[in-house]
Amino acid sequence: MAEYQVKIGLASCSIAAGAAKVYDLLNEALLQKGIYLQRTGCRGLCYCEPQVEVISPEGKSYLYGNVNLANASRIVTEHIQGGVPAEDFLLQGPDKDGEAGSFLRKQQRFLLHNCGKIDPENIQSYLAAGGYSGLEKALAQTQQEVIAEIKASGLRGRGGAGFPTHLKWTFASQAKGTQKYIICNADEGDPGAFMDRSILESDPHSVLEGMLIAAYAIGANAGYIYIRAEYPLAIRRLKVAIAQAKEHYFLGHDILGVGFDFEIYIREGAGAFVCGEETALIASIEGKRGMPRFRPPFPVEAGLFGKPTSINNVETFANVPRIIALGASAYSVYGTEESKGTKVFALAGKVNRGGLIEVPMGMTIREIVFEIGGGISSGKPLKAVQTGGPSGGCIPATLEDTPVDYESLKKIGAIMGSGGLLVMDEETCMVDVAKFFLSFTREESCGKCTFCRVGTEQMLRILERITAGEGKEEDIATLQTLGEKIQAGSLCGLGQTMPNPVLTTIKYFREEYEAHVRDKVCPAKVCKALIDYEIVSEDCKGCGLCVKQCPVGAISGEKKAPHVIDAENCLRCGLCINSCKFNCIVVLSKPVTVSRQNAQGQRVGVMK
Amino acid sequence: MSALVMNEFKVLKEKNPLFVIDAIIQRHNVDPGAAIPILQDIQNAFGYVAPEVLERVSELTGIWASELYSIVTFYSQFRMEPIGENLIQVCHGTACHLAGAEKITEALQHETGARGGGTSPDGKFTLEKVACLGCCSLAPVITVNEETFGRLTPAAVGKVIGEVRKGKSDCAHDALVCGGGCSNG
Repeated sequence: MAEYQVKIGLASCSIAAGAAKVYDLLNEALLQKGIYLQRTGCRGLCYCEPQVEVISPEGKSYLYGNVNLANASRIVTEHIQGGVPAEDFLLQGPDKDGEAGSFLRKQQRFLLHNCGKIDPENIQSYLAAGGYSGLEKALAQTQQEVIAEIKASGLRGRGGAGFPTHLKWTFASQAKGTQKYIICNADEGDPGAFMDRSILESDPHSVLEGMLIAAYAIGANAGYIYIRAEYPLAIRRLKVAIAQAKEHYFLGHDILGVGFDFEIYIREGAGAFVCGEETALIASIEGKRGMPRFRPPFPVEAGLFGKPTSINNVETFANVPRIIALGASAYSVYGTEESKGTKVFALAGKVNRGGLIEVPMGMTIREIVFEIGGGISSGKPLKAVQTGGPSGGCIPATLEDTPVDYESLKKIGAIMGSGGLLVMDEETCMVDVAKFFLSFTREESCGKCTFCRVGTEQMLRILERITAGEGKEEDIATLQTLGEKIQAGSLCGLGQTMPNPVLTTIKYFREEYEAHVRDKVCPAKVCKALIDYEIVSEDCKGCGLCVKQCPVGAISGEKKAPHVIDAENCLRCGLCINSCKFNCIVVLSKPVTVSRQNAQGQRVGVMK
Repeated sequence: MSALVMNEFKVLKEKNPLFVIDAIIQRHNVDPGAAIPILQDIQNAFGYVAPEVLERVSELTGIWASELYSIVTFYSQFRMEPIGENLIQVCHGTACHLAGAEKITEALQHETGARGGGTSPDGKFTLEKVACLGCCSLAPVITVNEETFGRLTPAAVGKVIGEVRKGKSDCAHDALVCGGGCSNG
């Protein structure tokens, strides 16, 4: 008799949502029934982790979401023992499509097809899903044939710049020298991006297989994976995958008996965003400070340890085995004329269904946010979508019909980037967002180029002034001039793209800057110096909860009588709002005319 | 680093801390560009990279101490001071920023007493601001001793810290994820 199969997603997001405990509980209960609980990676439905999939003996799939210690045992008792699915937390089943269906329907899971289905720590699971057949096929071809297949697929670098992958491989294969290297760039530093982490945690062998095919194509015999230390689970699963690939002779000496040797080493990053830039990354692997250098020579001519090196991103590599196995047209059928295939995005921010999605290139922002993401979580209107992290731009809601492909995004001043897609609603202050990204890049500038080093500092100071209600009329123009000069005067991508968040927010949200500068008002009520917290005395019950929370003792009042907030001492930390059970604390814009320092040395505005 | 190796280091460390450094370097000596992995292992073993350690690494590897120093000061992962009993990392990625990472930080400072970040006066907690941890859908996110907590609120931070003080971060997780009812008491 066929058995039930049960799978549980165990990636970082799921574990943070409590999946490890659910695993322990389910595993024990299922073992008694003789059922093996299979671990998988991420399905991408991060908004309702942890998830458990039950496959019935007839092969029907039932996906449960928001599984916790309280309802996990019901999967065993009601569904597996009783034969009746637990409808209330069933996300998707043969007779139920639900929200998960809407989330998945418009997606095209080409490279994520294994994620959430196979066991990332078991090579057998990968092999059963057709793993390493791309490598076998590639090794039966000539190097030129492999590169031609990649060319026909139209695959472009998924790290952000979109450089055609086949060109990089062609240059590296033509470069002189017997020692060549492959580097997998897994230094996913963009805040708000977790595509590479999910792929590495859910399907690590696909990346190894992609690296192997690339190594064969360019004639490399050693490869490095440069991965952020902030991704411990991905590192662990990669190590497991490398060991298993060696045991199965997919790595090492004379792979598959065709005289091809290849080894893969892992290098953990040490916390420097600039190391995502290829020459800085190479310096870091060589054991130096990660500072970019001038190009040419490009790494394809003189890269790691001075040898020809092809650096590709995790997602690029993960695409390769499928393209080779299924043929270029299976990939190029998706996408637009210039941007072929699919792209993985990390959809997050103020969206109902956040998660990891893969869509054909050319899908519009509206389709992604509203049809896949289910709209805005706060119920307020969409304000902007941010792509490309600190190098990217903010796309206003008015341009929500822009297709997401390399060319269209570039045209409106944003970039594809590595795949972070942050949704913002009207509670988001665009000046604050620009300031956030700039404070990030200021800290991460390596300091080599004056424009980037000093320019970020200057731009940040201006933005801090504006958000403090001390902006000057000429500030907006100065930001634009500085931004353009930094773009022109910086050596690497970090400096060249770093002004984008500021420039695009000025371009599309100028009135918000002007409100800060001229009227000293933050329309989104975010900037601390421009807001006041007030207790609505009619609603206040005088319970005193907020008094206990306030770290500076700025709230006072008699028990059971309306309380008041001392605006001068208030830090605007928001702890009181969160503690209030009667929702009687409100945030108001304050009409600021002069500013002074409060007791804590912070600049705050006060009324005349 | 495997648990076995960590154990070996622990034994060595009790005898003489320098032995640990020697053992670490021996594991790396053939590797070109090993300076960063060596320093990472040292930080894993000691919790930080003390300036005097750099001299020893320099003696054994032939890499100039100034070069090692330049690495330690360049990469944000390296610490040159010891940390408190519990390391709390607050994610400051974009999603966490939008979801109020600043408020979480303030609540953490309030609860732990580590005002302005750094280590609390009682040595119990070290607060660190980190770049994106990649759990954006669960924003705002912190990690306490490598355990991740998502969808936090300032009130939840109080619960977590309270449980960690009692030495039960496990229970803190259950309290958050399952809304109470921790089986560990």
